[in-house]
Amino acid sequence: MDRIPILKLGRALLVSIQVDIHDRLAKALEEDLAERIVATGARGVMIDISGLEIVDSFMGRMLDNIAAVSRLLDANTVVVGMRPAVAITLVELGLSLTGVKTALDVERGMALIGNLEQAEESGDDALEFRDDPIKG
Amino acid sequence: MIPSRDETLTIENSEDVIRVRQAVRIRAIEAGLGLVDQTKIVTAASELARNTLDYGLGGTARIQTFTDTMRRGVRLTFEDQGPGIADLDLALTDGFTTGGGLGLGLSGARRLSNEFDVQTVVDHGTRITIARWN
Repeated sequence: MDRIPILKLGRALLVSIQVDIHDRLAKALEEDLAERIVATGARGVMIDISGLEIVDSFMGRMLDNIAAVSRLLDANTVVVGMRPAVAITLVELGLSLTGVKTALDVERGMALIGNLEQAEESGDDALEFRDDPIKG
Repeated sequence: MIPSRDETLTIENSEDVIRVRQAVRIRAIEAGLGLVDQTKIVTAASELARNTLDYGLGGTARIQTFTDTMRRGVRLTFEDQGPGIADLDLALTDGFTTGGGLGLGLSGARRLSNEFDVQTVVDHGTRITIARWN
């Protein structure tokens, strides 16, 4: 198997990383996700890393890249299920994953994606509202 | 110090980096490291194995478990015959990279280890030794 499955869950995409990822698999996942976001119009990407025993800077960079690409394609990325020992190690490693939002589990991740989507939609409305008075 | 286990793995591709990680995990458990210490040494091993591959152009990882009167732990030695590190202080600076990474490999591995040593000669190679004990 040379692909990580991407599931659609409502308006979000769910990826569960259960195995150690090597370079080719990471690259394939980044590309597959970008295509699926566009094809499905998903507004959120949830990456479940509860199966990962470690996250090193290579994995961290992959998560950051996925979040950055998703953002350009109008989707928010939430990483869920990080193990406590992984969090402690990441901080000591110096990798705070500032570009990535996190939630404790899939349920909270879905709620966060929903909230972010709502906030963006109301933000868009406010932007449209502001236009007229400035010109007048 | 009595080394109780000693094995050497080659690092030639990114699958080898994963194999090194898995071998270090097994030895860290054998050496009685707790879960957080295991995670730290495996993460450090992953960073250094990747450096060996990306900058050292491949090399070896030696994995030893040791026991002395005070403690038990794992010692790892990464060795390559690559270009060496011209400016070690700079290479140990957070965020410095020549390879397009995040620049956390070497400095991060140092923070994750109880013992850290680098020997490097330009044009001859690099040997990095780390250890973590309980």
